[in-house]
This record gives sequence, structure tokens and C-alpha cells, in this order.
Amino acid sequence: MDDLYRDYILEHYRRPHNFGVIEGPTVTQEGSNPLCGDRLTLQLRLADGVVAGVGFTGRGCAISQASASLLTDEIKGKPVASAAGMSGQDVLDLLGIEISPARMKCAMLSLETLQGALGSGNGQGSAEAAAPEPVAAEEPAR
Amino acid sequence: MTVTTARPAATALDVGGRVRDGRLDPDVIRRDFPMLATKVHGKPLVYLDSAATSQRPQVVLDAMDAYYREFGANIHRGIYEAGERATAEYEAARATVARFINAPDAHELIFTRNATEAINLVAYSWGRRNINRGDAIVLTEMEHHANLVPWQLLAQERDGDLEFIPITDDGRLRLDVFEVLLRLKPKLVAFTHVSNTLGTINPVAEMTRAAHAAGALVLVDGAQAVPHIPVDVQAIGCDFYVFSGHKMLGPTGSGGLWARRELLEAMPPFMAGGDMIREVHLRRSEWNDVPWKFEAGTPDIAAGIGLGAAAEYLMALGMDRVRDHEQELLTYALVALGREHPDVVLYGPMDAGLRSGVIPFTIPGVHAHDVAQVLDASGLAVRAGHHCTMPLHERLDVPATARASFNVYTTTADIDALLAGIGEVKRIFGS
Repeated sequence: MDDLYRDYILEHYRRPHNFGVIEGPTVTQEGSNPLCGDRLTLQLRLADGVVAGVGFTGRGCAISQASASLLTDEIKGKPVASAAGMSGQDVLDLLGIEISPARMKCAMLSLETLQGALGSGNGQGSAEAAAPEPVAAEEPAR
Repeated sequence: MTVTTARPAATALDVGGRVRDGRLDPDVIRRDFPMLATKVHGKPLVYLDSAATSQRPQVVLDAMDAYYREFGANIHRGIYEAGERATAEYEAARATVARFINAPDAHELIFTRNATEAINLVAYSWGRRNINRGDAIVLTEMEHHANLVPWQLLAQERDGDLEFIPITDDGRLRLDVFEVLLRLKPKLVAFTHVSNTLGTINPVAEMTRAAHAAGALVLVDGAQAVPHIPVDVQAIGCDFYVFSGHKMLGPTGSGGLWARRELLEAMPPFMAGGDMIREVHLRRSEWNDVPWKFEAGTPDIAAGIGLGAAAEYLMALGMDRVRDHEQELLTYALVALGREHPDVVLYGPMDAGLRSGVIPFTIPGVHAHDVAQVLDASGLAVRAGHHCTMPLHERLDVPATARASFNVYTTTADIDALLAGIGEVKRIFGS
């Protein structure tokens, strides 16, 4: 059990990095796993071809929140193209834990939301999850 | 077509030590359930997800196995020994299940795949004939999606209206609002007998009387009632009663719709094909008698026979004793949770007399999926999510809950394991 809930996963869950709204977002994207009740709002500030700012709000399980924390850390300051090229395997590597099929959609929520925001990818990792739709910036879910 | 319904010398279950001093002995009962002897992650399985599906006793497995091994012929057709036996056993199972819910006539019981199919049958067959523009259907906020979405489809197609009985904060129906909704003169009132999420036992007979007085027909979703409390459709007085077999110790793919004969006779078929017809011509057909009019095609014969065996098993234990057993467990669990884990949030009525063996809970700061995952590592199986009641979770303002649910084989040791498991969740999450 402690294999899944390793200290750094729990740490990212309790104190997620990049949690909150950012100044002047250029893209805001919502993602959700209705079946779990996980919800995520991802904000990006894209400037000069790089991810100049990133933040997320929402609520969900430890896996979905830790994955959002790790993924946003990873893409911050990176070229937009490399953020858009993130794959499901990249996210699993960031998490560094074994994810069971039942929890895969939790792990992939942040990636799918990112892909929705950047118009990239094909929602890999969770075919069941509804494709996130772009929305105007709104109140964070928590 | 002649169908034999006489039971070929029903073999009553030898209750043995399963009942002692008028009470169930779950430690003895457990031995009937092969699945409960399995291990997960090297630990004995503690199965607390019976509201999702119950486990099956050996007698049910044997009954199904016997069909496939000894008389695996089609029903209502074969003029030979195995075919006649299959038909007799299948129809005997129908009679047993009818007796289990005290239906006045076994021919009023239609075998379906589950409660969902039974509700869809009523919505399609009765609903499309009887719901017209502006007609109201009254449901409740605590319905399983199975007793909500079919009515949404019907209301959309027929331009009908859906109205909902709200719930109190502790998960009981607002009967005062129900009275007001009945002034709309609904055509149908459909509600659950026992909430799958909260465990609330609704006053179905009282609600049925009120609905009938307002001129409505009544459908009761008994999926979570038949495994846990004595059900008597005549005492309830409802018009339609639906249930699943797999929650009452029977196989998946089994279930039933009971309805009053005159309603069934007036309703057009749901699905068409073989077995549901009396005469077929190239351009028209005549329907078979009820219930076969609603049972097109070869059914899941083994599942029907298995469901009959499950009903016999439960009747041998005695549904009053089953109810007493669960009430004792509930009281034990609610008291112990409050004492050992006062921070854990419980939902539903706190009076064990008002609820069935279902305990939904949340641990502050921990998502229900994480709760279930940690419990799984200790061998505990609980459900986590919205339990097919998304509107109810919206009403409770919680995205997901974990749910522990009981059955005849659940012991206080299982509850103790849950208490320890919750302690482990809190240790890992530091909450």
C-alpha cells in the first residue's frame, strides 16, 4: 500500500505545487472524471512559445491531485510544443508508482486537461473520460 | 402451450446451524459462500460491497451447474426428458421467487436480466401507451440511475414532466412535499424501497396508498429491499415491483418484474421474437400469455433457476431473521464508528430501524477512491464513488462516498476490520 501512497505522492496531494489561479491566463481548461467526482481547472499563460505560467484548481483523489502537481511542475517554463507532446507514459514516469487500471483515469485527468487546453493529444489513458471542453475562466472549484 | 409450474418436490434447505436461538449465525452461513474463503493481497477477503452485488451460496452454484451438466435443454420446446425438466425447473423457480415476494400469482412475475431491465420494460411498454404530453411522473432525489434515466427518456419522448420528492438532510423522503406533488395528478409514482446509497427504508405502503388516492400507478424499485427485508407486494399494494437477483444471493443476469395481471395483459410486448408469441404469420402475430409475452428469446435459464435457489435459501433463513441480523450489525457499526472514528462523516438516517445494511461515509481530507484503495490493501472490498446516484451526491454536496454494505454472511469481525482499515487510511493520510 505504501508503494502507491509514497511520501512524495502524499506530499503533492497535501500541498500541491502550482495550486491556484494565475495572473492573465491565456487558456483556461476544465477537466473532470464525472464517475469519480474529480474536477480540475487548468490555467496556462502562453507567451513567446513557452508555458510562462501555469496553475490549477479543483478537487479529487490523491492520484489525480499529485499528477496535476507533478505535471504542472514539469511543463512550467517549457516550450509549448514539448508540453503539448507530453504522453501518458510521461505522466506515469513522473508519478513513479504502479497505477492500476481502475485508477488510470485519475492519473490521466491532468494530462487530458492539458491536451484539451493545447489542442493536442488524443485523450490517451482514459478513453472513458469526457473530452474536456474549453471554457471561459471561472471560479475555482475549491 | 402448456407449462408446468408445479415444483418437483422442492428440497427445503436444511437450516442446520445457520440459525441458532432464532438468530442467524453468520460464521456458519459464511461457509456456504466459496468466494468468502478467498484471499486478496494474501489476506482473507472482507467483503463489504454486497449492495453492489452479493456473493452466492453453494446451493445457487449447484442449481445452475446442474442445469448445464444434467438437463441443459431449451425451455418451452423440447418434447423430451431434459427439455421437460428444464421447463419445469425454470417455472418452479418462477413460482419460488413469486412466493418470496408474496405475489398472488406466479404468472404475474416476469423474469428479466435485472431491475434495470424491468424498469425499462415498464417505461417502454406501459409508459409509451400511458404517458402523454404534460403528464407528470413523480420520482425521488434518492433514486438509482436505473429508476431515473428510463423515465427521463420516456418524458423526453412523450413530452411528460418529471417531479422529484426531495430528501431531508438525514436522507429520508419529504412526505409533506410528496403530498403537494400528488396534487399534480401524476400518472405514475416510482420510488425505491430501500436507498442503495443511504440505506433508508421508505414507507412504501403508505406512499402507495397516497399515490393511489391521487389516481397514480406505483412502481417500487426493490433491488436493495429483497436481499434485506421481508417483501410482500400485496401488503405494499403497488402496481409494479422490480428487483435484481444478483443482490439477493442469486446470479448476475437474473431479476424480475412483478405487476398486476390486468396491467401486464394490457401492455404491449417489450421485446419481440421467439417464445413470446402464440401464432406468427408473415405480416402479423399474436402474443403469448403473460408472463411469456414479455420473455422473448431463450432466457438465461440457469440464472432463473439459480435465482429460485437463492430465494429458497433466503426463505429458509427467514427474511425476518435476515432483517434482525442486519439491524444488529448496523447498530454495532454505527456505534463503533462514532466511538472510534468520530471524525468520519456518516450519511443517512442514524436510527438503525429506518435503514438497511448500508453505511456510506467519508473521511475528511481523503477522497473516497483513496479510502477504497487503502482498504483493498487490507483485504477489504468497499464501494467508492457515486453508487449510481449522482443527483443524490449533488444533494449531499459530496463528490463521492465510500460505502460499506452487509448481507447475511457479514460478521461483527468484518466491521472490526473496517474500523481498523479506516484507522490505516487515517495513518497514511495523516488525517
